[in-house]
Amino acid sequence: MAMRRFAILAAVTALLVGHAGAQEKSIVVASTTSTQDSGLFGYLLPIFKQKTGIDVKVIAQGTGQALDTARRGDADVVFVHAKSAEEKFLSEGFGVKRYPVMYNDFILVGPQSDPAGVKGKDILTALKTIKDKAAPFISRGDRSGTNIAELSLWKIADIDIVKDKGAWYREIGQGMGAALNMASAANAYVLSDRGTWLAFKNRGDLVIVVEGDKRLFNQYGVMLVNPAKHPTVKKELGQQFIDWLVSPEGQRAIAGYKINGQQLFYPNAADPNA
Amino acid sequence: MHSGTSALELILTGDPALYAIVRLSLIVSLSALAVSAVIGIPFGAFIALNRFRARDGVIVLLNALMGLPPVVVGLAVYLLLSRSGPLGSLGVLFTPTAMVIAQIVLVTPIIAALSRQTIEDLWVEYCDELTAMNIGPFRRVATLIWDGRFSLVVTLLAGFGRAAAEVGAIIIVGGNINGFTRTMTTAIALETSKGDLPLALGLGAVLIAIVIIVNALAWLTRRAGERIAG
Amino acid sequence: MRASASDLPIRFDGVSVSGGSVTILDRITLQIEAGAPTVLIGPNGSGKTTFLRTAMGLTRPSHGRVSWGGVEMSPPLHRAFVFQRPAMLRRTAAANLRYALRVARLPNAQHDGRIAQLLALVGLDGLDKRPARRLSGGEQQRLALARALARDPAVLFLDEPTASADPAATKAIEDTIRAVAASGIKVVMSTHDLGEARRIAGEIILLHRGRMIERAATAEFLNSPKTGEAKAFIAGELLV
Repeated sequence: MAMRRFAILAAVTALLVGHAGAQEKSIVVASTTSTQDSGLFGYLLPIFKQKTGIDVKVIAQGTGQALDTARRGDADVVFVHAKSAEEKFLSEGFGVKRYPVMYNDFILVGPQSDPAGVKGKDILTALKTIKDKAAPFISRGDRSGTNIAELSLWKIADIDIVKDKGAWYREIGQGMGAALNMASAANAYVLSDRGTWLAFKNRGDLVIVVEGDKRLFNQYGVMLVNPAKHPTVKKELGQQFIDWLVSPEGQRAIAGYKINGQQLFYPNAADPNA
Repeated sequence: MHSGTSALELILTGDPALYAIVRLSLIVSLSALAVSAVIGIPFGAFIALNRFRARDGVIVLLNALMGLPPVVVGLAVYLLLSRSGPLGSLGVLFTPTAMVIAQIVLVTPIIAALSRQTIEDLWVEYCDELTAMNIGPFRRVATLIWDGRFSLVVTLLAGFGRAAAEVGAIIIVGGNINGFTRTMTTAIALETSKGDLPLALGLGAVLIAIVIIVNALAWLTRRAGERIAG
Repeated sequence: MRASASDLPIRFDGVSVSGGSVTILDRITLQIEAGAPTVLIGPNGSGKTTFLRTAMGLTRPSHGRVSWGGVEMSPPLHRAFVFQRPAMLRRTAAANLRYALRVARLPNAQHDGRIAQLLALVGLDGLDKRPARRLSGGEQQRLALARALARDPAVLFLDEPTASADPAATKAIEDTIRAVAASGIKVVMSTHDLGEARRIAGEIILLHRGRMIERAATAEFLNSPKTGEAKAFIAGELLV
């Protein structure tokens, strides 16, 4: 009886130790739910792995959470889309350098019946109308890049959303897919990134109601976590990933990702203003 | 995994990505169960058979720990294993090892509490006979565990069921990394949030099938116990 | 370490056993010697079970001393006990006996033979593969007796061994006890049944409310009881 138990313990220990050791060429990238839910990583990472043999392990969280994970040293690279939060991260000394990678845009999605009557308007007017008419609106409420963008849009529209929100404004604290699910079920409006929307399968009655507004521009940036703060960061492998993303080859790969023939992300690493 | 393909097709054609997920789920839960059994059964036996001052308190605590909320365990283990945390140098965060650890924390109280109950009930029944035979403490524990083997197997199946169905802890400490720490439950959570409900349902069907099999095994074990041991 | 002295005589020196505020045994002083069976009788609650348990070493006296062959705190290596409601291990009948043989350190090679012997002795041959818990009450009692004998005891205690047995099992058990006593094992048992005491006992001890009332050889006790309680008990009038 004791022998059998010892054998099990030995086997499990071997499994655990074996797993811990089998991590050779790999990095952990903290990224956002929008890049994951859109399927971009599923497309890009095999290409990168084939070229360099590096296993990229993506933890998909909201932008805020991803940056916190990086601050704790639990990721090697962080790949998010909220420039203000990224620059704060840099100024705190947790990142080495910010590289712009690609952009897409946000869209306002809502029920086909458009109860608030905002279709075709610009985004600020649309948000004002939604608030005035108390139309149901889903906010991600999770410090993600999309959430940060949504909050700044309310601000630009001169609305103090914290003070003026009512029962119509529902903060769910979850990712983009969950927010879209909710909007579909509740016939509500929600701000989404185009990538997740194109990949989303449970649209129900939802359609795009506002798009193309200059203020809906959504920039993605990538940073290496500062090895000075966390010596365990895999800086060579991490930098290889970043270098590949901004290289002509990587940028071409990003542009090549399409759903139903439509491109989701537009590479702009060379843009000095990004 | 190919989104858009029906889950049934994936199951029937033996899609390697799907089976990799199922295999990982089983490995994680079974490993956690094995370690929990090695820790929990002797611990439960010790509490069952010894009198000490804090005994009642320990039993109450053990029973309460059975109901630990998985997300809370996930958060606690995450903070422990984070590079900024006390065990960060192990480097096991976001690996299957972290998921096994979290599930060990969840399952061990179940195994310990239920074993304690089984062994204590048996001891009440056997106390006089075994004491009159003048057996030593090791033989005593071995006899109770062997005679209680059917109930203990059912306890192990309960522990496995809890581990296999759990998602809150392992998604936090595992990170739901594609091809690495994605299990059935975390994949279901992901596919649901991507709106790919048919695929999520398909994975759910596989998971439910496993749970049904586990429960059938528990029932068969109890029946075998009645048949063999009376 | 095997004690060179035997467990007999069993000596009670002013032994009292209390459970809470209740006195179960009250200042008992006596000595049980080797020889013919000693049978305890007495009404319900007189302390027979507690007496046997104390003589076995299962129950610690609250006052007074118990010694076996002059040794206090002697572990029950050569004593065995058959309980009134014996617990069956969750195994087959044969496995129950094998367990006792293993505990008694009998070499494995001899197990099968000894098991067959014991089962035949108590009249349970053919039931070796039956799960012990599925035996009838009388069969379980007989298996418990076989299990006790598997330890090769010098002293065998039995607490009302035929209380739950039908007449056929009762006869089988009594026959076995007489055979066991004849082979040199000291039998100390309790019974409700005066007839059984007459059939088995070499000497009879009457207990009443925890006190030893009378003790005598069987014929003497039954034919010329000395105390009022003994006379009442024989007449069936001492009930509690």
